Amino acid sequence: MDPYIPNTELEVKEMLKTVGVESTSALFSSLPQEKRVKSLGLPKGLDEFNVFLKLKKMAKKNVDAQNFAYFLGAGIYNHIIPSAVYQIVSRGDFYTAYTPYQAEVSQGSLQTMFEFQTMICELTGMGISNASMYDGASATAEAMLMAARFKKKYKILVADSVHPEYLETVKTYASGPGVKVETFGHDENGMVSIEELKSKIDEKTAGVIVQYPNFFGVIEDLKAIRESSKDVLLIVVTNPISLGFLESPGSFGADIVVGDGQPLGIPMNFGGPSFGFFAIRDDMKLVRTMPGRIIGETVDVDGKRGFVMTLQAREQHIRREKATSNICSNHALGTLYASVYLSLLGPHGLKEIGELNVSKSHYLLEKLEKTGHFKRKFSGEFFNEFVVETDINIPKFKENLLKANIIGPLEMGKLNKISIGTPNNKFSDGDLMFCVTEANSAEEIERLVSVAEVM
Amino acid sequence: MELIFELSKSGRRGFIPPRADVKNYELDLKYVRKTPLNLPEVTEGDVVRHYTNLSRLNYAVDIGFYPLGSCTMKYNPKLNERVASLPGFTDIHPYQDLSTIQGALELMFNLGESLKKISGMDAITLQPAAGAHGEYTGIAIIRQYHRDRKDFERDEIIIPDSAHGTNPASSAMNGFKVVEIKSDDRGMVNVDELKKAVSSHTAGMMLTNPNTLGIFEENVLEISKIVHDAGGLMYYDGANLNAIMGQIRPGDLGFDIVHFNLHKTFSTPHGMGGPGSGPIAVKDYLADFLPIPTISKKGEEYTFDFSHKKSIGRVRSFYGNFSVVVKAYAYILIMGEEGIKKASEMAVLNANYLRAKISKILKVPYNNTCMHEFVATTLPLEEKGIKALDFVKRMLDYGIHPPTVYFPMIVHEDIMVEPTETESKDTLDHFVDIVEKIVKEAEENPEILKDAPHKTPIRRLDDTRAARNPVLRWKGN
Repeated sequence: MDPYIPNTELEVKEMLKTVGVESTSALFSSLPQEKRVKSLGLPKGLDEFNVFLKLKKMAKKNVDAQNFAYFLGAGIYNHIIPSAVYQIVSRGDFYTAYTPYQAEVSQGSLQTMFEFQTMICELTGMGISNASMYDGASATAEAMLMAARFKKKYKILVADSVHPEYLETVKTYASGPGVKVETFGHDENGMVSIEELKSKIDEKTAGVIVQYPNFFGVIEDLKAIRESSKDVLLIVVTNPISLGFLESPGSFGADIVVGDGQPLGIPMNFGGPSFGFFAIRDDMKLVRTMPGRIIGETVDVDGKRGFVMTLQAREQHIRREKATSNICSNHALGTLYASVYLSLLGPHGLKEIGELNVSKSHYLLEKLEKTGHFKRKFSGEFFNEFVVETDINIPKFKENLLKANIIGPLEMGKLNKISIGTPNNKFSDGDLMFCVTEANSAEEIERLVSVAEVM
Repeated sequence: MELIFELSKSGRRGFIPPRADVKNYELDLKYVRKTPLNLPEVTEGDVVRHYTNLSRLNYAVDIGFYPLGSCTMKYNPKLNERVASLPGFTDIHPYQDLSTIQGALELMFNLGESLKKISGMDAITLQPAAGAHGEYTGIAIIRQYHRDRKDFERDEIIIPDSAHGTNPASSAMNGFKVVEIKSDDRGMVNVDELKKAVSSHTAGMMLTNPNTLGIFEENVLEISKIVHDAGGLMYYDGANLNAIMGQIRPGDLGFDIVHFNLHKTFSTPHGMGGPGSGPIAVKDYLADFLPIPTISKKGEEYTFDFSHKKSIGRVRSFYGNFSVVVKAYAYILIMGEEGIKKASEMAVLNANYLRAKISKILKVPYNNTCMHEFVATTLPLEEKGIKALDFVKRMLDYGIHPPTVYFPMIVHEDIMVEPTETESKDTLDHFVDIVEKIVKEAEENPEILKDAPHKTPIRRLDDTRAARNPVLRWKGN
């Protein structure tokens, strides 16, 4: 017997009789019999406990943040996750539900998504949010496509201080419809070069993509960027956990704000799943070109408030090849993590988290600079990560950190290999990027510094 | 129910971050938020009660039968959740050095090998985050393949009219025109139409097999040959792989690219609409086009391979939905060769049993042996003014989730039923009883269907109002 397949031998016999066939193999008679597979070559099934042991052994081969201090960021962050988050997302009536196509028995999903949309609007300072995308990178790529669609123009400018994996994703998505992606550079502050941005915007440009705080951790001057990019859509990629403390992109006039929701209560998960968020300014013309599911408020036949998927005339199940995107499954469960997280933190908690990230990362930078081995690469203000140049032996340094139970910084040079063809931004092998969050204690920071001191 | 925002009381806190143990840094004020942030101010208890009460308004696989056609709502084993929440899988960072993530790479490598065996393909990526994302990736591979051969004329993808909407949408996102092929009177691809449709413009064809009517495309070998002879590639939409896994492999039927829905076929939960996972497997001549990085094994070491010269690029950040991959791997380990085979057998038996029973109550337009699902229609009830929607809304009153309605679009007033192998004969019999009861109600008291549901937390909602006067966020009391 199989634990997940209930029919008994006797029942199978009865059912075959009802169907009117001799055996289950007769049900497959429409398959080309000469192509039937004899053996897949998979091993025999195991019992539950032995599968658990096997996977536990595999998990043990990894170094994890329960046992090590992490100073690694660059798109995925080790933040504190309140206990209640895991308890709620583990409820079967949430995680084993399907897309809320039957609204009458999906109000739990629909209302949490509506609340999520409201929270994203609040954080980003935007008017309308969808119910999620896959991740920050694909959300950025979809924003690029939306800008081209809305403006009917086919050139997009991307700052080279945007996460290189996001840039690569944008380039992939641009290649189908033939959108031209051009990058523009940064200055010694690590902020976008306003001069270069201005010089590259022309009448063919649909949109400009910048990141806030950017890939180097530096907080961009969105006011200056907005003033220099009139008549194009300004797309801002942002880290949502920073927005309790930093001013929202919406307040600087962003048209589309996207990002990855992982920092909002979701474990690092080796990079996925998290979710992508996608918000636009309050513009009903713009929303018609927006990708993804959107939840709206309405009433039932008794006049009772309820929620439904709405504005579906944009979506693939209705519009097929004329849809604004092919997206079907999004990352709804990820948005539940975020909604619970943001409800628990509230405005004050999120601001405190932001302050802790800023203060702790600056504390590490100051201590590292004092060792004489590290020099800050960019002078712009930063949130929770920063790039330094160093003269030390990096592999040795990282090895020593590991011995001190620390997962060290990102080696920037390693990112060059992720690009197809020539990288848009050549990173130096001697550059390191450190990330410090509220999950890092002063003791961990000092432990890291003490390893650096003896290098 | 109240919104979490409506529970907010200024001064309440749900979580207190650790006290600062380093000195404060004063950030330049021009970057600091001045706009008020209206997040709820509630306690942990408020949050837990609010979401627990919301969860109780949902229907879910953990609650009961969920026969949504083409969604494969099979049972989600709890072992999957347990192993996916091991710290060695949840609390690891994608940019850790290789020596510290060997277990994760080994698991991804092993799942990839298993999926290759199940599909009969040669190379794989786990990067796509969902089925449609896999489709996007697969069609991008078709595009790059032709471009690489300097064949710039191929700008069409052929898709049957019974296909999911994601197929044409994924093709269009890749810059292709869609050529729709009509189904024949048995619900299958019309081979003569296909012969007329292929040309030097054909880049490829997307085929769901069994199709969304639950019918195996008998002419699949001929279809593959027609498309290949015209110079196109064959794409296998794996939405319905649950019907044939262990019985036949897409790789042996002429398919060049296959996507998997780990959240359908391999038992990972749907999470209210994601995260899923949509790996793409290809034949060896397409391996170089896969997104980077893939995972390879050198001796006993696992590593990322960035060497693909013709790669389409990447379709998202990092390596895919890793924790979904962990769950699917646990499922394959526990099922094994025999279990995988038995799953498709029982899925098909359950569907045929239901078809045989339901065809005596409602009309089943293609009433031959089906695969894992079948389509019935409520057209016989039309004279009573009953639509398929009314019929399924009444099912909600009996405590079961309705099948898919109004899809595929080629059958009128249809309901599409996929029971999956994890449901028992008892459950299926109960479903049949309910269908019988509702048909009787339709004849005796059709109004009860038209007003249904009556017993759900909320009744029929005004979709038109939601679309005409969009309220897409809470705006305060």
